[in-house]
Amino acid sequence: MTTFASEFKKMAGRYTADLTHRAFIKKALSGYYQKRDDSKASFQSWQGARDLAAETKYEAVNHLDRYLVEFAEKIEARGAKIFWAPSAREARDYILGVARENGVRSIIKSKTMTSEEIHLNDALEKEGYGVFESDLGEYIVQLRKEPPYHLVFPAMHLTRGQISDLFQKELGSAPTDSPEELTMIARRVMRRKYCEADMGISGANFAVAETGMISITENEGNARLTTSLPRIHVAILGIEKVLPRLEDLALFLPMLATAGAGQQMTCYNTMYGGPRQPGEIDGPEQMHVVLLDNRRTELLADAEQRDTLGCIRCGACLNVCPIFKNVGGYSYGTTYQGPIGSVITPHLRGLQDWKHLSAASSLCGACTEACPVKIDLHHHLLQNRRNAAAAKPVMIEKISFLGFAWLMSHPSIYHLAAKLGRVFQPLHPIVNGTFLDPLIAWTRSRAFPNLAPTSFHEQWKKSRK
Amino acid sequence: MRISLFVPCFVDQIYPQVAWSVVRVLEELGHQVDFPEGQSCCGQPPFNTGYWDEARTAARVALAAFRDSEVVVGPSGSCVAMMKVFYPQLFKGDSQELEARELAAKTHEFSSFLVNTLGVTDLGAKFEGKVTFHDGCHGLRELGVKKEPRALLANVRGLELLEMAEAESCCGFGGTFAVKFPTISTAMDEVKCASILETGADVVVSNDSSCLMQIRGMLDKQKSTIRSLHLAEVLASR
Repeated sequence: MTTFASEFKKMAGRYTADLTHRAFIKKALSGYYQKRDDSKASFQSWQGARDLAAETKYEAVNHLDRYLVEFAEKIEARGAKIFWAPSAREARDYILGVARENGVRSIIKSKTMTSEEIHLNDALEKEGYGVFESDLGEYIVQLRKEPPYHLVFPAMHLTRGQISDLFQKELGSAPTDSPEELTMIARRVMRRKYCEADMGISGANFAVAETGMISITENEGNARLTTSLPRIHVAILGIEKVLPRLEDLALFLPMLATAGAGQQMTCYNTMYGGPRQPGEIDGPEQMHVVLLDNRRTELLADAEQRDTLGCIRCGACLNVCPIFKNVGGYSYGTTYQGPIGSVITPHLRGLQDWKHLSAASSLCGACTEACPVKIDLHHHLLQNRRNAAAAKPVMIEKISFLGFAWLMSHPSIYHLAAKLGRVFQPLHPIVNGTFLDPLIAWTRSRAFPNLAPTSFHEQWKKSRK
Repeated sequence: MRISLFVPCFVDQIYPQVAWSVVRVLEELGHQVDFPEGQSCCGQPPFNTGYWDEARTAARVALAAFRDSEVVVGPSGSCVAMMKVFYPQLFKGDSQELEARELAAKTHEFSSFLVNTLGVTDLGAKFEGKVTFHDGCHGLRELGVKKEPRALLANVRGLELLEMAEAESCCGFGGTFAVKFPTISTAMDEVKCASILETGADVVVSNDSSCLMQIRGMLDKQKSTIRSLHLAEVLASR
């Protein structure tokens, strides 16, 4: 087993044993379900909206060559600089280069999972740049030196008390139980940082080809300040973020808000089309747009799983996933947690190293049902399993299933084996639940059923002939 | 109608009474039931683990066993989904692809067959008790079976259906997943059983014996007195 797989098993074991944590996540999500369903109900047809969203993304992804170029040309015409980053390293190097050339001293960031994917903060900090997260949840996990727990709710695993303790320790604030007061504490720190920062880094939720603009959706207003106060704005986004037309946002903005946070719309929805234009009195002097591939084109080449590029990173699949709800966000060890992470991480970071995430699913399909852009998530897990076994079979599994298949295609021997099982069954209680028990993986936590005295096959033969 | 019975391997070996209940219900409706004896396992365990060659070997046995059947009915959403949804994918490009598609088209999950094919919802069953229903994921999401078992239970005399909050949540079985990741599988089972308990029902019913095996395993461990029955067993009660 790879280190990633054993680490996952270890963490999953720890988190599933933590009943307080499981109850806390369950409670946090129950509020989301209610709000999500209320918001879904305000769509004329949620299923119709999903169909349209899936079609739109399908069109965009299948014509990336056209739409990306259209987006790039239009935003460049207004003075933004485009950088096509083949991999994480090139993206990091480019952003570091911009910081160096412009004598940047302080960097502020709004929420961007793409920057997590390329480990941007580490790279900037290593070069001596202070990086400050301006999204409240991200700020909290940054202070704890943790990665985001959930791709939309980075600090959902923390109680108000834990946040208050953290602020007390790190910021010297007075203890409080009030969410408003906690927000105000963070806000006082942040306001100063916005004014000091000379570079603002953001992500993007969508890139509109038709108008050459990026769209950012948020609830705190921090992305607006991050992108407009500092003299340099760097936006980093995966190449799959492109949408063909401006009017597509009329569908995607409410859809993302609904699936992501159970809101009809998020509080702030902003379009960015370039740096400060002649005659304008504010806005950044420079705007850089980093378009990241980082093996997305390999996903594009996989006709079976290309639809994963339609992902709008709403987190809806995490919120309904029984695996995520029990193992939590940190067990995965990936940038993208939950079903979407389990599907794409093997593509982004290597199938053999990350195939265990595709195996760690009961294939219940709750994710696929929840996905607003209809990504066939649980079937992709199945395809990853097939691809992994075909490329590098696990010997014990291969031999077991060869034996199994042989047995099942030789019915008389199969029935004989079942009879033998009945002979040995009375001995099972002797070893039940011990390390000698061949069924220990089951019996440690669950009772194993007894075989019936005779099989249906035998009973049918006797009664009907 | 001549109906061929598809009995999943674990029903054959552990729960033969479930298969008999299906026989009883279908025969009482005046149909002729046969049991192609060449059948064994549908091949789902190797299929779900990624070993599709081995899955095909097992699946070819099913293709042969049901070749002459008009209609195939099985009491498991999961094993039926294997044939109905996944066989066409498994045999894509194979010389037996057409045969796989034919089997997929004529195979039905038990409750869906009763309601959607035969158009029956009242089987004259009597069953005294408070019942909660667990939707097996494959039946629910691969086959779209949700209303059918409830329509059938609604006509059972003496039965009170108490819906649980987590009816659509996975029980955590998932075939080899249950033993590859026992801690996660068990945590899911705990969530499911807590939700069953919450309803105050005395019986948990499902249209999938594999889920019931997982749920029973936890209920027994918890020394619960809640019974578990397959839908067919309830419908065959008089």
